[in-house]
Amino acid sequence: MTSTATTRTRAATRHHPPRKRKVNWQLYSLLVLPVAWFLIFRYVPMAGNIIAFRNYVPGGNIFGEGWVGFANFEMFLTDPSFWQVFGNTVTLGGLALLFGFPVPLILALLLNEVRSRGFKKFVQTTSYLPHFLSIVIVAGMVMQITSMTGSVNQLLSSLGMDKIAFMQDPAWFPVIYVGSEIWQTMGWGTILYLAALTTIDESLYEAARIDGANRLQQIWHVTLPGIRPTIVTLLILNIGTFMAVGFEKILLLYNPAIYSTADVISTYLYRVGLQSGSFSYAAAIGIFEALIGLILVLSANLISRRTTGASLW
Amino acid sequence: MVINSELTSVGSAEVEETLAGQPVQPRARASRSSGATVGRSRGERVFGVVNVAVLLLAVAVTLFPFLTVIAQSLSSEKYIDMGAVSIWPRGWNIDTYKVVMADPMFWTNYRNTVVYTAVATAISMFLSTIFAYAISKKELRGRGFFIGLAVFTMFFSGGLIPNYVLVNGLHMTNTIWAVVIPNAISVFNVLIMKSFFENMPSELEEAAAIDGLSVYGTLWRIVLPLSKAVLATMFLFYAVANWNSWFQAFIYLDRSDMFPVTIYLRNLIAGASSAQTSGANAASDLTGISANIKAVTMVLTVLPILCVYPFIQRYFVSGVMLGSVKG
Repeated sequence: MTSTATTRTRAATRHHPPRKRKVNWQLYSLLVLPVAWFLIFRYVPMAGNIIAFRNYVPGGNIFGEGWVGFANFEMFLTDPSFWQVFGNTVTLGGLALLFGFPVPLILALLLNEVRSRGFKKFVQTTSYLPHFLSIVIVAGMVMQITSMTGSVNQLLSSLGMDKIAFMQDPAWFPVIYVGSEIWQTMGWGTILYLAALTTIDESLYEAARIDGANRLQQIWHVTLPGIRPTIVTLLILNIGTFMAVGFEKILLLYNPAIYSTADVISTYLYRVGLQSGSFSYAAAIGIFEALIGLILVLSANLISRRTTGASLW
Repeated sequence: MVINSELTSVGSAEVEETLAGQPVQPRARASRSSGATVGRSRGERVFGVVNVAVLLLAVAVTLFPFLTVIAQSLSSEKYIDMGAVSIWPRGWNIDTYKVVMADPMFWTNYRNTVVYTAVATAISMFLSTIFAYAISKKELRGRGFFIGLAVFTMFFSGGLIPNYVLVNGLHMTNTIWAVVIPNAISVFNVLIMKSFFENMPSELEEAAAIDGLSVYGTLWRIVLPLSKAVLATMFLFYAVANWNSWFQAFIYLDRSDMFPVTIYLRNLIAGASSAQTSGANAASDLTGISANIKAVTMVLTVLPILCVYPFIQRYFVSGVMLGSVKG
């Protein structure tokens, strides 16, 4: 702080304090860089979606030149390959939600029943580990395990079955994708549930035991209702993002042999936009994807507010 | 702003407790765990055993991929190709480590990762801290507007294509800036910092102002030294995210001597990418680069994370809890 000396002397003569204004001015100066960053790197791209309705020439004006109306939207809406990736997105997102959502909840319920704190800590620490890995590492592990010489095929051949080229077989991709999602998120997803579980009133368990409830009945009648708001909130958040299926992971994992099940909207958009250079067309798909995401969040929130009273806002 | 008002309700005591690094553990269920041993029925005991077994299975499933990769990295290629290496190394072989570590490009890219992580984390910390501090001040006029400006971007983003077009238009491609600037601020992190600053006793800062300290001086000499816990958490959030990131580098950098190590690894795994994009004979990917080279590169990339993991894990957990208070 080079100005320390000058501020000291100014402070010595502070009989009529115009400090309020000075303080505000300095506070605003702190905002300049971050706000500029938000405007340039968040709001300009939002406005940049205008190129979906315009003709963008690579290297030209980032907002495109000349209007084309809804031509780009018509183009992908009538394109069968778009509807295939749309279907894949819904399938992969839906399966990941269906199988992936309950796992952290179940794990948290089980952890909650553990008596030994040391063991609980051990399970937690271990299961959080995948969350800290780069998605590149996760993809690498998936490739190694599913390779022809990998662990899964070792198991198959030791059981006398034929080896399977998992990464070349479209039928297997949903299984691999959902499995790796669960592996990555099951531990980390327990954190919020475990926090919610601590808020349940202990006397409810006492009462349930006096009424003769066993462990499972206690879980069903006391624990689950106790953390329902957390479950609903996380479910809404998950539904809201389910169209944004693991773009980076699929981009790392898939190959042309399995496009028929692995290619999703975001990876299709990436190939069409960044690899083939059809920026305006890809931007139109991006807008469509964002709209669906928004509709999903809003409707999930609405349904949950109507039925359970829990909502995000 | 709903989020704003709810975030402020985090009690400062709670913030300090969790951030001070105490394990975020559910309070022990004293009555259930100790008292119950007296009259445990057979059903209870069976439940306990099954429970522990299921949890051990979850641990095994989590660790299995790590163990296979480590085992492969220490095995000879012959056994891997035979499909004989599971979680125990066969044909003990550390030469693969020597081979990978002798590749100058590996070290160039590793150094890039260190540089990018350091620069990106520094920029992120600087921007996030000054922004969070400013919007934590109630007397800031237009505070709601600035908070809204940030929070809105959590729900709406420009998307891949406009972002790419922008970075291209700013001529940032093939520079470090394309990697470290476009995702510099995480609004989630900013909101955590903001609630921490809000819960700081205002007397300290008032005293500093009376002593004639400027806003900058107060922030630097009074507020930041008292915020070490939250700053450490934010630092780790950003640093781990930057260490692991690859996509920015993947789309904005063309020169292999500028790649971070994640791209080096990605290209190994993808069999040098050409087989992927051309659609040619994807089966040859698997034989392109031997499995133990990939395994060694994975181990070396993940090693720093694994080394610091036991120490940083609890900060992440407390960060998640703080961030979720708004939800």
